[in-house]
Amino acid sequence: MQLSREELLHAYRQMRTIRAFEDRVHEEFQAGNIPGFVHLYAGEEACAVGFCIHLKEGDYIASTHRGHGHCIAKGCDVRAMMAEIFGKKSGLCGGKGGSMHIADLERGMMGANGIVGGGPPLVCGAALTAKTLKTGGVAIAFVGDGGSNQGTTLESYNLAKVWNLPAIFVIEDNGYAESTASSWAVAGSQVGRAAGFGMPGYEVDGHDFFAVYAIAREVVERARMGGGPSLVHVRFARYYGHFEGDAMTYRGKDEVPRLMAERDCLKLFRERVLEAALLDAAELDRIDHEVAELIDRATAEAKAAPMPTEADLLTDVYVSYS
Amino acid sequence: MPKKTYRQAINEALRQEMERDPRVILMGEDVAGGMGSPGEDDAWGGPLGVTKGLMPRFGRERVLDTPITESAFIGAAVGAAVTGLRPVAELMFVDFFGVCFDQIFNQAAKFRYMFGGKARTPLVIRTMYGAGFRAASQHSQCLYSIFTHIPGLKVVLPSNAYEAKGLLIQAIRDDDPVIFFEHKAMYDEEAEVPDEPYTIPFGEANVTREGGDATIIAMGRMVNFANQVADELAKENIGVTVVDIRTTSPLDKETILETAAETGRVVVVDESHPRCSVATDIAALVAQEAFEHLEAPVKMVTAPHAPVPFSPALEDLYIPSPARIRRAVQEVLAFGR
Amino acid sequence: MAEITAVVMPKWGLSMQEGLLAAWYVAEGERVEKGRELCDIETSKIANVLESPASGVVRRILVPAGSTVPVGALLAVLAAPEVEDPAIDAFVAEFRARSAETTVRAGEEPRPRFVEVEGGRIRLLELGTGEPPVLFLHGFGGDLENWMFNQPELACARRTFALDLPGHGGSSKVVSDGSIPGLARAVLAAMDALAIARAHLVGHSLGGAIALAIALDRPERVASLALLAPVGLGPEIAKEYIEGFLAATRARRLRPVLEMLVHDPKLVTAEMVENVLRAKRLDGARSALETIAAACFEGDRQRWQVRARLAELRCPTTIVWGEDDRILPVAHSRDLPGSIAVHRLPGAGHLVHMEKAAEVNALLEDFLGGPGRAATELGIGEATIDPSAAPRVDRDR
Repeated sequence: MQLSREELLHAYRQMRTIRAFEDRVHEEFQAGNIPGFVHLYAGEEACAVGFCIHLKEGDYIASTHRGHGHCIAKGCDVRAMMAEIFGKKSGLCGGKGGSMHIADLERGMMGANGIVGGGPPLVCGAALTAKTLKTGGVAIAFVGDGGSNQGTTLESYNLAKVWNLPAIFVIEDNGYAESTASSWAVAGSQVGRAAGFGMPGYEVDGHDFFAVYAIAREVVERARMGGGPSLVHVRFARYYGHFEGDAMTYRGKDEVPRLMAERDCLKLFRERVLEAALLDAAELDRIDHEVAELIDRATAEAKAAPMPTEADLLTDVYVSYS
Repeated sequence: MPKKTYRQAINEALRQEMERDPRVILMGEDVAGGMGSPGEDDAWGGPLGVTKGLMPRFGRERVLDTPITESAFIGAAVGAAVTGLRPVAELMFVDFFGVCFDQIFNQAAKFRYMFGGKARTPLVIRTMYGAGFRAASQHSQCLYSIFTHIPGLKVVLPSNAYEAKGLLIQAIRDDDPVIFFEHKAMYDEEAEVPDEPYTIPFGEANVTREGGDATIIAMGRMVNFANQVADELAKENIGVTVVDIRTTSPLDKETILETAAETGRVVVVDESHPRCSVATDIAALVAQEAFEHLEAPVKMVTAPHAPVPFSPALEDLYIPSPARIRRAVQEVLAFGR
Repeated sequence: MAEITAVVMPKWGLSMQEGLLAAWYVAEGERVEKGRELCDIETSKIANVLESPASGVVRRILVPAGSTVPVGALLAVLAAPEVEDPAIDAFVAEFRARSAETTVRAGEEPRPRFVEVEGGRIRLLELGTGEPPVLFLHGFGGDLENWMFNQPELACARRTFALDLPGHGGSSKVVSDGSIPGLARAVLAAMDALAIARAHLVGHSLGGAIALAIALDRPERVASLALLAPVGLGPEIAKEYIEGFLAATRARRLRPVLEMLVHDPKLVTAEMVENVLRAKRLDGARSALETIAAACFEGDRQRWQVRARLAELRCPTTIVWGEDDRILPVAHSRDLPGSIAVHRLPGAGHLVHMEKAAEVNALLEDFLGGPGRAATELGIGEATIDPSAAPRVDRDR
């Protein structure tokens, strides 16, 4: 597996952007500047980036409650995302979606989803479009370990296999569905479930960008070539709670600090590329700096942007009102 | 003009739109039938033969049989719609909406609004509804009021074959998700239906009888019962205006209020249950916005607040009948006189 | 038996199978003249007066008011007073026996067909034999069924074609620029496709203008010209009609617009309104009509006016206008060249051929002359002078 310099820089920038974005949302939420529910992707960056780096224009993804990382990895505009999370009219969805429904169909991002297990059937549809219109496109459903137990997800495995769709199911297992451990809530195994539907199944360490990248390339390629759906079980950790404000009383005492110290995807990536002398530290530091500036600007703009007004309340319920 | 059945009119609308637009696909349980079986291809064309012949014409790539998996395939239809196809999915009986409603009301219905106006979800869900088939509680419900309640959905109830073709073509060309309700007891009913494609706009009620003494507002199969009553009463020199609302969402308030105000005596006929229904919605609308024109309380003729029974003896009592509609009209006419 | 005349349920329009006898205006024993209003007939599509096919005494009324009977059913019998009652009874019995044998011959009914012309297809209904044929051209927003009271009558003595103009009825919704010369080219193309070298043109309103355009530019194709309230002879047109017709999508909005077409609004039935709406809903119909309206009219003005060119006409020409026309003023029929025979009918609106069908039919019969006679052979001015040359038109078949 050989990644070009550009791919490596791109991957690092994307992961760093997600981390910085989520850390800032965390701060702003704590400061009371962001309304509603937010679910942060910090710690899980290697998964979104490791998959989306193989996608092209015309490919689709559907996401979960925890959707910011997928948005950024699929190329959504970070400033418009921040404005959306602040509920502003300049937001990606005009302030009508918010964190849980952030979407950008032009970028192939079918939305974070407020419904656990909402995405997989939609992804079957996007894959069906690709297959019917022969676009060569693929579609990825990111599903949490909680969502993996929904009937919609299991029905989608079946339909994707029966229709031989270019669909990929990525089970993002951060150990907890809300406060409930996946080790308790998931019967059997994710890979075993894939086998039950006759799909290739993989398990991968989601902190290791390079491991994710390799498997993602294989399953995306298979789907693109007409080889049908695959399932990838990605194990990793989230650094923040299920939602912002979650005291995480269900987690082990030193769990998060230990993970951050030992298994952080950005740290691992950095060590690996520096060790192999693929990139130098100054380049990475420069990206860190540029990303920090971008997030600063995005946050300042989002705060300054106007709210939607009453005139926006009833628009876009329908395309046509007759 | 050629006469066609409700079934033929729907089939023709699907065929003509599939010919016109390669993005239109069909999916559903047994819409062709016989998939993977040793017997005939296109074995069913849906349980009542409505889509028969479309698979041989357009191929398995555009007429997709599904496993019995409403959550997945209705959701897939939604996902396909928002990514560039114009799917027509068949939810065999509307009673099955319970296993796929999330895909309809949380996904399809909300995309455009939640995504800031950037989504188009040109999806049609065709579904069978209605009692009279001795199909009992889980295959006979109306349920259109539930879909009408959801902003973002359009809800269509064709009352005859002509209406069915024009409204279905409109539904397929519409860029919003449309739930298209086909009454299972009407598939063999005939009407004059042009061979050419045509559209009937949504949100425009059809005044099927011009009377002047009382107004019946009805939908779906009940329009035919209302027309029958109006024709009977016309012979007794009682003029009944009948309004076929055609779509419960959007709702043609203008025609409802205009015809209600003209007579001041209004009967709403709805095959569905009487609580939180289209009938209560229309009755409330008339009471709120045409109150000063009313000469009598608005009457509703509906099914009871009970599941649809199996026994023919009970089901016949359950469905609003022309006799009940007639009585209701006579009651509003007698009020205050 | 010749002096006994059957009055039967007429067939008005392609789909009429039966009619309701709504009211009798005459009683048994009453003497009536030909053309006298006998009764009101209502179908699902249209309501109109049935006029007496002959003069005589109403000897029997066989269908009471309020009854619905099939097309061709015997409604009444007319005969001279000296005809004996047993002869009348025998006539009735024989008529009924005959019709019992010939009931339900749906397969033999004339059906519209299509000819392919450049840019699409034209729907038409052909009835009768005898050359040169008559070609009926309906008005804006109409279709070939507008001639339901006229074509069957005129077809007794000659070949007739009623066609749907481009953008109308069952014809393709391709209207190119929508102008009158453009529509005239389409009609000529249909004539070519039908191998009609020369025809009597009967045109109403917009169809009248199309007939005029053909007569002016291709005189060799036109045997004679009968114009009923034609477009093209003056500047005005009721824009409320054109705009209302285009805009209305609901029956309740369209009805008052269609009522502008007639003197007696009762002629506009719910079904007639519904049929117009249905035609407008066909794919492409609305934009075709909008294109035609935009090309032919500008607000309350007509764009295509040929009054100054009327003297160029070389074929016999007659004009019929309803005095109560609210779409095109009857004044447009005044001060025309003396060679044109003009008839203004009281109690009629724009749809003069529907409202005063018997009178218009008689005028057309007179104008066109007897079976197989070409009006051009008669010479200008003679076309209208010989009513006795017209064959008697019986509604019984």
